[in-house]
Amino acid sequence: MIHIEEQPLLVVDKGTLVEKAGQMSSDGWRLVAITCVAKDNYELTYSFDKDYKINNIRVVLPKDNPVLPSITKPYFAAFTYENELQDLFGITVTDLALDFKGTFYKLSVKTPFAPQSQGPVK
Amino acid sequence: MATRTIVPFGPQHPVLPEPIHLDLVLEDEKVVEAIPSIGFIHRGLEKLVEKKDFYEMTYVAERICGICSFIHGQSYCQAIEGVMKIDVPERALYLRTIWGEMSRIHSHLLWLGLFADAFGFESLFMHSWRVREKLLDIIEETTGGRVIFGSCKIGGVRRDIDALGLKRVESELRIIEKQSFELTEVFKKDNSVKRRTIDVGMLSKEEAISLGAVGPMLRASGVSYDSRKLGYAAYSKLNWEPIVETAGDCYARCMVRCRELYQSFDLIYQAISKIAEGPIDVKVTGNPTGEYFARVEQPRGEVIYYVKGNGSKNLERFRVRTPTFANVPPLVKTLAGCELADVPVIVLTIDPCISCTER
Amino acid sequence: MAQMSIAKVVMRSVLSRPATRLYPFEKRPFYKNTRGSISIDISKCIFCSICQKKCPTDAIIVKKDEKSWEINRLRCITCNACVDACPKKCLNMENMYSPGVVQKGADDKFTQEAKPQSDIPQQ
Repeated sequence: MIHIEEQPLLVVDKGTLVEKAGQMSSDGWRLVAITCVAKDNYELTYSFDKDYKINNIRVVLPKDNPVLPSITKPYFAAFTYENELQDLFGITVTDLALDFKGTFYKLSVKTPFAPQSQGPVK
Repeated sequence: MATRTIVPFGPQHPVLPEPIHLDLVLEDEKVVEAIPSIGFIHRGLEKLVEKKDFYEMTYVAERICGICSFIHGQSYCQAIEGVMKIDVPERALYLRTIWGEMSRIHSHLLWLGLFADAFGFESLFMHSWRVREKLLDIIEETTGGRVIFGSCKIGGVRRDIDALGLKRVESELRIIEKQSFELTEVFKKDNSVKRRTIDVGMLSKEEAISLGAVGPMLRASGVSYDSRKLGYAAYSKLNWEPIVETAGDCYARCMVRCRELYQSFDLIYQAISKIAEGPIDVKVTGNPTGEYFARVEQPRGEVIYYVKGNGSKNLERFRVRTPTFANVPPLVKTLAGCELADVPVIVLTIDPCISCTER
Repeated sequence: MAQMSIAKVVMRSVLSRPATRLYPFEKRPFYKNTRGSISIDISKCIFCSICQKKCPTDAIIVKKDEKSWEINRLRCITCNACVDACPKKCLNMENMYSPGVVQKGADDKFTQEAKPQSDIPQQ
């Protein structure tokens, strides 16, 4: 039998992101993941979970100037995900509570997953 | 005013199974704060989707980590089956459950050994790993490899265990259960274990939820949450409840893992008695289009696999959020205010699997 | 007593034989299902190259004009994909691991011999 669960998705604007995250936190939802797909633009998906149900919020950023407000005020645990976004994708995150400024991941190539460096891997 | 010194912990340390770096800020042997830094074994596995098609990514997903290898493969197959809406036959679901629980027993026995090594009890470490060797022999007999099982594929499993094999698995597991019972009694009652772990690394219930802890760290602080209750594979047909302790210290986390060990043995016996007959796989045609989040319970916590396909043979995005990555903020919080000698015990109690963290 | 709860385990391991094996004098028996190394029955091979396409690490090289089948032992991950895909069932998974090598590049190459003239039946 198929076990496929319902996964609702809501697309919001960058400006209302922190407010929506604050609402989810006061309702009792836990932050579980922040996913980024970097192709023609940056698509960020924030996943929350409560009582075994999952809920997703999506924000779309333009390719040339990716700036994002941080949600570490309602969710302090988001600092690991947002530092990873800075180090791997080159997205600038403002008002981070614990900012490592690019030293969280020790990499030899800067921002390896950013769209410009994508191409067929030899 | 006390002077502050910064001591680097890792990446090479005798107690760490894998490299992670922590800068500990000390004031006379008391840790004031800890600054983590990762990236020593980043292999860029998520970028391999551009080169390998979605069938071959099963092999890559299995090799993200050595200890939780089968469940990584199972989660990837479940994510692709969720995107392509494939109906997996029942016998394959039961076989995946049996192998998944064997993987969990193996991981917990390994962790018990490493934990004993962290506070210096080396003979207990060696005895735990001796019991684990027998389990690896069963795994090799049924799947072909000791660590990398190679038995999950999209649409089912690759090899079968016949009725004679299942009976042999059950009889061998009863012997292993008795031997591991002797070991967990030592962890529960021994004085030296208790003195090193009780009241060390406290994490309260509200902090565990707000910092995003997963797995035994969450369950040892009183929150009853286990992703196996979502009902994937055959877990909705078996009879079990999540294991919860309320103390929130290292001793409670050790007890959660010991009790989960017995729960896994019991789940395997239930699955062997209820296993259905039938085919073990289903033919898969076409390419994946769409996206899906698959959530599976690994021995260390909840893992989330995100898969996005656009209709071609190569996936567009493949992302893994592993449980150790989500347990890094609670680690930073519990390290603040502890003694320097407790640092290895606390780092090991989150069960660090760093190769998962930085695929 | 709480201090001596490990005494039973320790006493038993002191008085019984050791849990380790004296390798290389005592070798470990492999199981029937163990994935050790790939072997080929070259006389049945038709050089269709399906195994080369299915291999995830590109360890197999098939050359139809030379009638040769070559495998790079260090790249092979013993995943069994080629064994499952072969249409003539001439590939087999042995349960012995391939022996260790001291340098890269010493691959195993199998070539199919041409049939000798005297075996062809005369009209």
